[in-house]
Amino acid sequence: MNTKIENKLTPVRIIAFVFVALWLIVAMFPFIWTLWGSFKVQADFFSKADWANAIFGFHTEKQTGNFFTIDGYYGSWIEEEFWRAVINTSIVVFFTVLISLTFGTLGGYALARSTYRYAFWILMAGLIFRAMPHMTLVSGYLQPFFAWNVWGILPTTIIVLVAINQPFTLWMLHSFFLNIPKDLDESAMCDGCNRFQAFRYVIIPIMWPGVITTGLFSFLLAYNDFTVTSMLLSDENETMIPAIASFLGTVQEEGKVMYAVAAVVSATAPLFFLVMFFQRQIVSGLTAGAVKG
Amino acid sequence: MKHSTFLLFILPSLSVMFLFIAIPIVSVFIQSLHIEHKQVIIVSENCDPFGCETTTSVDTEASAKLKEKAPLGKFNGFKTYSNRMHFAFDEIGEAWNSSDSFIVFVKKIYNFPLYRALSFTLTYTFVVTPFVLFLGFLVALGVNNLPKLLKGPTIFASLLPMIVTPLVGSLILFWMVDGDGVIGATLQKLFNDNSLSLKASPVLTWVMLMVYGIWHLMPFSFIVFYAGLQTVPHETIEAATIDGASKFQRTRHVVIPHLMPLAIFITLILLMDNFRVFEPIISFRAEAHATSISWLIWNHLRESAYPLYNAAGATSMITIFCVGILLLPVLIRTWRDFNEKNKG
Amino acid sequence: MFLKKLILGGLTALFFSSSLFAADCGPNGQSIRILASDFPAIHAIANSAESNCAGSASEFTRNHTTEARQIMNAAQTPDPAEYTSVIVANSTLVQLMNDGLVRPLNDLVEKYGGNLKSNQLITIDGKIMAIAFMANSQHMYYRTDILDKAGVDGMPATYDEIISAAEKIRSAGIMEHPLVMNLKVGWNVGEVFNTIYLAHGGEFFKQGSAEASINNAKGIAALETMKALVEYAHPDHLTQASDDTQGLWEAGQAAIGFMWGSRGGVILDNEGSSAEVTSNTVLSAAPTVTGGSIPGATLWWDGITIATNVSDSEAEATFAALVSGMTSEMVAANNDDAIWLIDGFKPGPAAAGVSATAQGGAKSYPMFAQMGLLHNALGAELVDFLKGAESAEQALSDVEAVYETAAKDAGYL
Repeated sequence: MNTKIENKLTPVRIIAFVFVALWLIVAMFPFIWTLWGSFKVQADFFSKADWANAIFGFHTEKQTGNFFTIDGYYGSWIEEEFWRAVINTSIVVFFTVLISLTFGTLGGYALARSTYRYAFWILMAGLIFRAMPHMTLVSGYLQPFFAWNVWGILPTTIIVLVAINQPFTLWMLHSFFLNIPKDLDESAMCDGCNRFQAFRYVIIPIMWPGVITTGLFSFLLAYNDFTVTSMLLSDENETMIPAIASFLGTVQEEGKVMYAVAAVVSATAPLFFLVMFFQRQIVSGLTAGAVKG
Repeated sequence: MKHSTFLLFILPSLSVMFLFIAIPIVSVFIQSLHIEHKQVIIVSENCDPFGCETTTSVDTEASAKLKEKAPLGKFNGFKTYSNRMHFAFDEIGEAWNSSDSFIVFVKKIYNFPLYRALSFTLTYTFVVTPFVLFLGFLVALGVNNLPKLLKGPTIFASLLPMIVTPLVGSLILFWMVDGDGVIGATLQKLFNDNSLSLKASPVLTWVMLMVYGIWHLMPFSFIVFYAGLQTVPHETIEAATIDGASKFQRTRHVVIPHLMPLAIFITLILLMDNFRVFEPIISFRAEAHATSISWLIWNHLRESAYPLYNAAGATSMITIFCVGILLLPVLIRTWRDFNEKNKG
Repeated sequence: MFLKKLILGGLTALFFSSSLFAADCGPNGQSIRILASDFPAIHAIANSAESNCAGSASEFTRNHTTEARQIMNAAQTPDPAEYTSVIVANSTLVQLMNDGLVRPLNDLVEKYGGNLKSNQLITIDGKIMAIAFMANSQHMYYRTDILDKAGVDGMPATYDEIISAAEKIRSAGIMEHPLVMNLKVGWNVGEVFNTIYLAHGGEFFKQGSAEASINNAKGIAALETMKALVEYAHPDHLTQASDDTQGLWEAGQAAIGFMWGSRGGVILDNEGSSAEVTSNTVLSAAPTVTGGSIPGATLWWDGITIATNVSDSEAEATFAALVSGMTSEMVAANNDDAIWLIDGFKPGPAAAGVSATAQGGAKSYPMFAQMGLLHNALGAELVDFLKGAESAEQALSDVEAVYETAAKDAGYL
């Protein structure tokens, strides 16, 4: 990146390019397919007769008079008011990430800097906590939550997601803090800072690459969670994923699968901007090395 | 770090984990040692739009009285762990005595839910984890070499397998691998076999689940490695370049050691998540050929009209125990690192 | 679209009920809270109840969720319960009754049930526990054009006739896999066994106890019938549930189907299929065994219940509101959304299969408290037999062993 040799097209670089390109095709193909198919009717997108229908829209033309239809988008966003679920998801995700990261950076930093054995055992306990299947946890919450009358509201779900996510956040941030040399904050402490000041003025400015990456995973967890949100939220507080699940129908009743497909596609669009925004932060970690020197 | 400072830093994190995970784990463990009281069953006459039938129902008053005396149920010790749904000790003994060859014995063991689930779960874990780790690292290296302008879109596209909710993502993939779907039909053409079905053959189902697992988890190891690559110190790389180290040597001797803590972290998480594999089995409807430990829990809790808390609890405890064993080598390493760090 | 119909339905109900007669909503100022699954027929009832009685209630909330069954017992256990009413089906009523979470409705029916038909009342030992409003079952779908082409006379009425018809279609080279059934591992495959076992005259439990009794000659005969049918089903049948079978049918890839009656409407409409398929699709009763008389199906109903752990006046208001929604006007506005049990339902071709099955004397889905455990064991353990990896006897004894373990844990044995 900074030396001239690395900008030349060496065989290694070409192989790397090809490899990344291959991966991109594999990673994106189902999504592109879905994006295209979301403008078709169910009989085409899930055709049992010929998969080419999903591309050319045989039934779509017959039913709507056009090769493309926005019925799925109209149905999910306007008729079924999917935007409500999007708002709820935004609230849940925002607070889950915020609280997770706040708790996680404090805890992770402490664990990375503590020299006592108990720090190790807390990390181990975290692993055991994380191994616990979520389904069992959630089914255990139901009874007390109903009894205390806190079931169905967003704050309950947020705090549960934070808790479930905490072992992961702690471990990940702990690993990142281990990478930040001890001398940095310790020299600050020699200069008369206390631990909190050292954390505030020395660690916080350089911890962002790790925090953003961890935040990304907290985000994805809260955003994609089904087990917790479907069991702990009532209809009016429903988040996206349970809303999408309810488009899918049951054994006896046909669902509106194309609503679900359209909802998934449209919910992905804002993420594009989010990632584009934060990738700058991840890349800005490039300079973190320089700070150290 | 002083104890008091440490406590202040860790307190918020520790208290949510304690309240919402530690206490439930203990209560789940206690629950797994109990079974329900004997239900008082009475014969009753039920009538609905289609006629009357004599059936049995539960005498709720009598059952409620029993429950009031001991709300946890009847103490059962570790019998839930040893029954047919779990380790099936008695049944295995019987199978051993009645089998004339080892293969027959193994077949009989495979008939018990826990062992059947374990066989798939372990295979899945040990195939998917290394692939994800290795491929994710390669992609991270590749993306790191891209021109700056391409990096953002590439990262986003790489994250797609993880972003699109499995609920719908796998619904679409499930259709794609169908004999009539785009991938299924292409494979049929490729192998020139019209009856090729990824869903009907046990081997192909396993392969399909593992390929999906690798695809779905790659973004995780990729992004962690990628972020890690950003922190590789330039001076060391430059020094190595000046010393005439090739790109491969630099990767081998500078980058990989630097990323080792992250690799350990990823391995930990992957082993754990893969051991709890669940979603693909449901979404690919692979229960006929592959079940996992988490699938068993789901089955105990949701599929029967009556949630079997003790069975689900026991299976959850077994999960934690197995994850503990799986992670042991990594944990020992962490322990050593921890001690070394504190000496130095 | 569904929702448009729904809104229209709700409006019509509002119009009729408010202009022609004022609905009796019971005590004023009560809180009405309903937990229900999420499908059009239930929305129709709840909409109609809400437009009649939301005005006189202090609160009218509805939670339509796919997870209703998973949360209902936990939600209804505290006092006061989270919901004043849960809308249930055969199997879920039992789940609530096991914990004593629904109250008898006899006095409420006397007071508000003037417009209910006697067959809507679900009684258990003389106590009315639920009010049914719609029915469903699996039954046969046939493509008459393909049957004709293959030289099958009339529509098959027994399993043997189905198998021979399927063979004729196959040997005529029309379709390799003419049969579709919901055989997805788990609940679906268990349900198919239930229907065939009932057609063979089987009983699930020993009289008066919770001991399973399916490992017998009838059980084995049922499994053999199932195996013979599966021969003609799509190779992926163990992954196929309603959406897939419906898709295959609409794509014209099947000639004989055993599918849910509630899918009849969407199969017969002009979306997602060709005129050739829809105009030749006929819905008919579930098959019997040769020489038998019981159709191989389990009949299902959906109905309302009232919670135990709420005040009497809340219970009364909720019951009155929901019953006020079950009018012939509501049915008229939503006629095709379900097979209604309420007065005023005009059965169309989509309802023919369920009515024929019910009239043929098919049995209801068994209302045993422990039935869910046996159903689950069937769903998980029959697969090895269908794959050909196990004998019928071994599969059935596995089912009984799995059931026995679960039933002991749950306290039934």
